[in-house]
Amino acid sequence: MRFMKAILAAGLIAGISGLQAIAADAVPKDWPAIEKAASGQTVYFNAWGGSENINAYLEWVGGEMQARYGVTVVQVKLDDTASAVAKVIAEKAAGKNAGGSVDLIWINGENFVSMKQQGLLMTPGWATSLPNWRYVDVENQPTILTDFTEPTEGLESPWGGAKMVFFYDSARTDAASLPDNAVQLLDWAKAHPGRFSYPAPPDFVGSSFLKQVLSEVIDDPARLARPVDEQRFERDVEPLFAYLDQLHAVAWRSGKAFPQNYPDMKQKLADGELDIIFAFNPAEASAGIRAGELPDTVRSFTFSGGTLGNTHFVAIPYNANAREGALLTANFLLSPEAQLRKQDPAHWGDPTVLAMSKLPQADRAAFAALDLGVATLTPDKLGPVIAEPHASWMERIEAEWRRRYASGN
Amino acid sequence: MNRAAGQDAVAILARVAVVLTLAFLLLPIAFGLLGTVLPAFGYLPALGGTTFGLEIFRALFATPGLAAAILLSFVTGLVATALSLGLTLVFVAGFAGTPVMARLQHLLSPLLAVPHAAAAFGLTFLIAPSGYLIRLVAPLSGIDRPPDILILNDPLGLSMIAGLVIKETPFLFLVTLAALPQVDLASARRLAASFGYGPIAGFVYLLWPALYRQIRFAVYAVIAYSTAVVDVALILGPNLPGTLATRLVQWMNDPDLSARFLASAGAVLQLTVTLSVLILWRGAERAGGRLLRFCRDGGFRFAHDGALSILSLISVGAIGGTFFAGIGLLALWSVAGLWQFPDLLPQSLTLRSWMSALPRIRDPLLTTLAIGLISTLAAVLLSIGCLERETATGRSGGERSLLLLYLPLIVPQITFVFGLQLLVIGSGSQNRFLALVMVHLVFVLPYVYLSLAEPWRALDRRYETIATALGRTRLMVLLSIRLPMLLRPIMTAAAVGFAVSLGQYLPTLLIGEGRIETITTEAVALASGNNRRVIGVYAMVQTLLPFLAFTFAALLPAFLHRNRRDMGL
Repeated sequence: MRFMKAILAAGLIAGISGLQAIAADAVPKDWPAIEKAASGQTVYFNAWGGSENINAYLEWVGGEMQARYGVTVVQVKLDDTASAVAKVIAEKAAGKNAGGSVDLIWINGENFVSMKQQGLLMTPGWATSLPNWRYVDVENQPTILTDFTEPTEGLESPWGGAKMVFFYDSARTDAASLPDNAVQLLDWAKAHPGRFSYPAPPDFVGSSFLKQVLSEVIDDPARLARPVDEQRFERDVEPLFAYLDQLHAVAWRSGKAFPQNYPDMKQKLADGELDIIFAFNPAEASAGIRAGELPDTVRSFTFSGGTLGNTHFVAIPYNANAREGALLTANFLLSPEAQLRKQDPAHWGDPTVLAMSKLPQADRAAFAALDLGVATLTPDKLGPVIAEPHASWMERIEAEWRRRYASGN
Repeated sequence: MNRAAGQDAVAILARVAVVLTLAFLLLPIAFGLLGTVLPAFGYLPALGGTTFGLEIFRALFATPGLAAAILLSFVTGLVATALSLGLTLVFVAGFAGTPVMARLQHLLSPLLAVPHAAAAFGLTFLIAPSGYLIRLVAPLSGIDRPPDILILNDPLGLSMIAGLVIKETPFLFLVTLAALPQVDLASARRLAASFGYGPIAGFVYLLWPALYRQIRFAVYAVIAYSTAVVDVALILGPNLPGTLATRLVQWMNDPDLSARFLASAGAVLQLTVTLSVLILWRGAERAGGRLLRFCRDGGFRFAHDGALSILSLISVGAIGGTFFAGIGLLALWSVAGLWQFPDLLPQSLTLRSWMSALPRIRDPLLTTLAIGLISTLAAVLLSIGCLERETATGRSGGERSLLLLYLPLIVPQITFVFGLQLLVIGSGSQNRFLALVMVHLVFVLPYVYLSLAEPWRALDRRYETIATALGRTRLMVLLSIRLPMLLRPIMTAAAVGFAVSLGQYLPTLLIGEGRIETITTEAVALASGNNRRVIGVYAMVQTLLPFLAFTFAALLPAFLHRNRRDMGL
């Protein structure tokens, strides 16, 4: 009996010391202690689960984390990041301020802003104190420090880049006929009825398309960097919806149905239902060719005036149960090795957030040796980046879109 | 063990089983509905709602497109049920007792075991503008691009209705066949024919009223399912706006907390919609009965109904054909390389999709098996207990107990599972697995009980009488006579239960909160990626599992009874 008590006490002490690896509010710095506390933890990584190759990449991350640190990473596959945010909100409302069910979230944009404003994220500055932060390309990728115009303040750790790129099948469509801005795209759609569409918002690729058009047609683009001005909102978005009204008339299924998301558009490009599609990842087309989902005649293009670009991140909720494990995972995701695999089209093909100039020679060479694939534009051909509008715009445009086009009227 | 104690043990166990069965069926529904209704009126302390009021319903009715969503749920549910039942009725009336019937029974039985989502995906691969039917006619009509026509997700919900009819007609058909032995088919047929009535009219006049009384709860279950279905609506239904149930799921996942209240109010609305369809249906039953009597008393013979019979045969054949073609296409896509329109076959075949999916299928597969086996085992034991109690007391409980069994199938899942989810979250319990097994049991139990009840009651009791007369206790009689003799139906009931558990999407999603993955939640989640090859792989796994279960159920008795020829067959 006494022996049992001793064991229990030892377990309790171990538990307490585990808890103490990071004080609740301090910026985590003591990495050996974090590694020790993380061992044996299970990190519930809440990440969109609709893509097989991304899920496979996270499988690999889980294997590495297990082998290196004894951390189990479980991907909670979401169809919408908002549901993970909802979980944390519900837990806070229920007073569950520790031992939460979400340890790490794949996040950016309005979900980040919403969590930041409601105080649902772990200590500011944890991301910038990660050991691998020193490789991050803060100089050339402004979207790493400002997420949808919202300062990140080290509340989320960058994971990958994204830029809107258009794809077409060169076997069917003449490269010379391709549009170079949103207005030309509308003209192209009128000349090719039924061959263009976009995913219905709130799919993020679809919402991004709305923002791309809005950025090009709004009379004063500077207003997009500020929160929505309710007084002017109707007038500000009028050109966007005038554009969409014209587009829907000549769009796929006459705008009565929309593709679900990018993979759906990809299938429709392969089937010949759509002729121009777009993605938020420049490597998607090459990945599709490699997987036998797209013909090898598919090529990419962007607008010379620029297309939307942003960074996606991982964040740790304030009540995460396995915060040490989550920190280690976030740090591993930033490592040159993990980022190299992420940029490799054979695995994912997502642009890295690391600066080549900051990497050790060997890693730099490995990145340079990546075969990006026949349909992928090189970084210098991707064109200028149009910054994301303030997060309030997305929510308001989506609601307005739903009111106009999805109310069954 | 002396004899009296043996009697008592069985009696007590059986009585306990009845109590447990009632508790497992009714408590989750009652608490779940309570957990849904209270927040709908504003009461949910965990989220700051402490007062009762109607504001949430006001907000609900102010949401744009709600009327359209309600109308869609109402009409698709009603039409799908009416079509399924009509087809079943005409077909059974035309062909009951003929060899065609027996053959189609074998054809349609497998359809029951395949989850709705897989069948729905198969249908999309067939009827989409880039689907196989158009590919088949493309070379003849010179089509080289998929036509720009709205077939899937059409605003009227036609393809969704088709998807539901494909699954619900076989269900009603098999339920009707199970009830058929209780009416005297052969003499009714002779009587009707001798007075010059057509086979369908004769069947409807003489047998249908009694038959319908037997199957009407199953019809109500179809109504409830069709008005509140989520996965089929997501795959085939309109999305601008979607049906009420799909809107509910969106609200349940909304980051905006107030949407949880909205979801609760929406669930109450869903319950109202389903109830309205049920009430309307009850009215239609009465009107139908009156029409039937009018035709019968007026002496309408409808002697020449051959065309109608043929039409129903073609329709039922088309349902079977669509289903199997869909499954075949799923299989083909799962091994397809590049496969462009309008090619009839992929340019290349590859195991790539399977190889990349298999390692990730393992864990959800084990979870699926664990939940399915545990809930099925519990359901089988409880059903045996209840039936044993029925044998002992000689009371079957009649209509009322049948209604109780059907209750989990008639109250729409979404309306009480959401409330259960709030309760599970509120309780702070980490043991989601146990909660999930119990919720699966709510849906598995009725199917297991219903498929076991008939063979149980049909067993010739003289075997047991003889055993008892030879001095065996009831426990021994149960273990050495009844259960071995009923091994085959018990195994079949278990396979049915397993298939039901496998197909559960919404309860697994809500109660498991995404942390518990089964093959079905994985399949629907990956469907959001809309990758046909991946969908093909998962749908094939979804389809193969119940087939394996039924095969096992058929082989085990044959193996155990291999030295008793008449039992092994």
